[in-house]
Amino acid sequence: MSWDWQVFLNDDGSGRTYLEWMIDAWGWTLAVAGSSWVVAVVMGALMGTLRTLQDSPWLVRLATVWVELFRNIPLLVQVFLWYFVVPKMFPLFQQVPGFVLVVFALGFFTSARIAEQVRAGIQALPRGQRYAALAMGFTTAQAYRYVILPMAFRIILPPLTSESMNLLKNSAVAFAVSIAELTMFAMQAQEETSRGVEVYLAVTALYMLSAFAVNRVFATIEKRMQIPGFIVAGGTGGGH
Amino acid sequence: MLGLDLTFLSWDIISKFVLGGLWFSIKLTIIATLGGIVFGTLLALMRLSGKKALMLPATIYVNGMRSIPLVMVILWFFLLIPFLIGKPIGAEVSAIVTFIAFEAAYFSEIMRAGIQSIPRGQVHAGQALGMSYGQNMRLVVLPQAFRNMLPVLLTQTIILFQDTSLVYAIGAYDLLKGFTNAGKIYGRPEEAYLLAAVVYFVICFALSWSVKRLQAKIAIVR
Repeated sequence: MSWDWQVFLNDDGSGRTYLEWMIDAWGWTLAVAGSSWVVAVVMGALMGTLRTLQDSPWLVRLATVWVELFRNIPLLVQVFLWYFVVPKMFPLFQQVPGFVLVVFALGFFTSARIAEQVRAGIQALPRGQRYAALAMGFTTAQAYRYVILPMAFRIILPPLTSESMNLLKNSAVAFAVSIAELTMFAMQAQEETSRGVEVYLAVTALYMLSAFAVNRVFATIEKRMQIPGFIVAGGTGGGH
Repeated sequence: MLGLDLTFLSWDIISKFVLGGLWFSIKLTIIATLGGIVFGTLLALMRLSGKKALMLPATIYVNGMRSIPLVMVILWFFLLIPFLIGKPIGAEVSAIVTFIAFEAAYFSEIMRAGIQSIPRGQVHAGQALGMSYGQNMRLVVLPQAFRNMLPVLLTQTIILFQDTSLVYAIGAYDLLKGFTNAGKIYGRPEEAYLLAAVVYFVICFALSWSVKRLQAKIAIVR
């Protein structure tokens, strides 16, 4: 078998080359992953924080239910739920574009994992930090806003890095509801051109490149945010 | 209820569509876990061997697998296996091979952390007793590493069980496919997705609850 990279310059039948289509698809992948990341971090920070409010058992329960619910259903099934079931049960959602529904699915799924990291980060802080803040006359909200969360976020940056890379990889499931992202492109272009290896190689390379970029961005943030005197564990982090 | 009708589901439909899919999902999870642990341990030992000729390929393999989406790995294997063995292959067999190869990369990272968590004194004590590298690994290090890593291994298995739903990409007949097929044939696709979610949730929640219990037990003994 010989290589045929020319295939990317072929017309895909709608006046654009496969290369242009692939770049578009890359854009969709980044858009899905980026928007979901915002949803995931906001909801994850909120739910992770709520889980540490020992004085409000109902808020703790609410956040626990949130985490268990979104953590124990496969992502693909959650995508189907948002895309097919939610609009059927709540007609209001029939106006919402598919892209947004997928962002909800991916964002909420990831928020459950980030909530666990946030909770662990908050609980890893010495209790004295909280007491010191309260002794200074801070309210609970102020203590979280000015003392606890800024520290907790620095602690969880390494696992948050790998979770963000996971989110990027997980955005591939959007193919199942026909979002025109990289995996969807890979499957369709493979079928149309029969040059599966070239197409898959290019798509795989773009995924690796994107994941690497995410990794570098977070490494920079981690360096910039370092507080002198606090040793924040380095390393690449594991996870899935 | 909210425009849904869940009454279409009968035992007949479940046994006809769902059970076969559930069985394949479970089979895939178990085979991929066992295969993944075997090959993952080998990869971990290669990476910890200190010999460049062994470390480099293992590192490239593990990092490569971990930086691409599982869906793409599934598609890759489905494309390449028939090409390599020269005959078409079923989606189910392809899925099993893919998941073993993919999970090996993740299990190897877990095993590596587990092996590194064993104090060096244990290795030295084994060496002082005259054990060979193989004996030391088999009799001293790995049993303790497995024990330390058991909760993480089981958690990874739960994630693996959820990930098996991604064989959707190549059309293998798993638990999710069982529900979607039933939903299509009886004209109730939304209800079928909802029921699939409930079944996955019950299984995964029960499993992760058991892992938590186990973790507490092991922690006390240690």
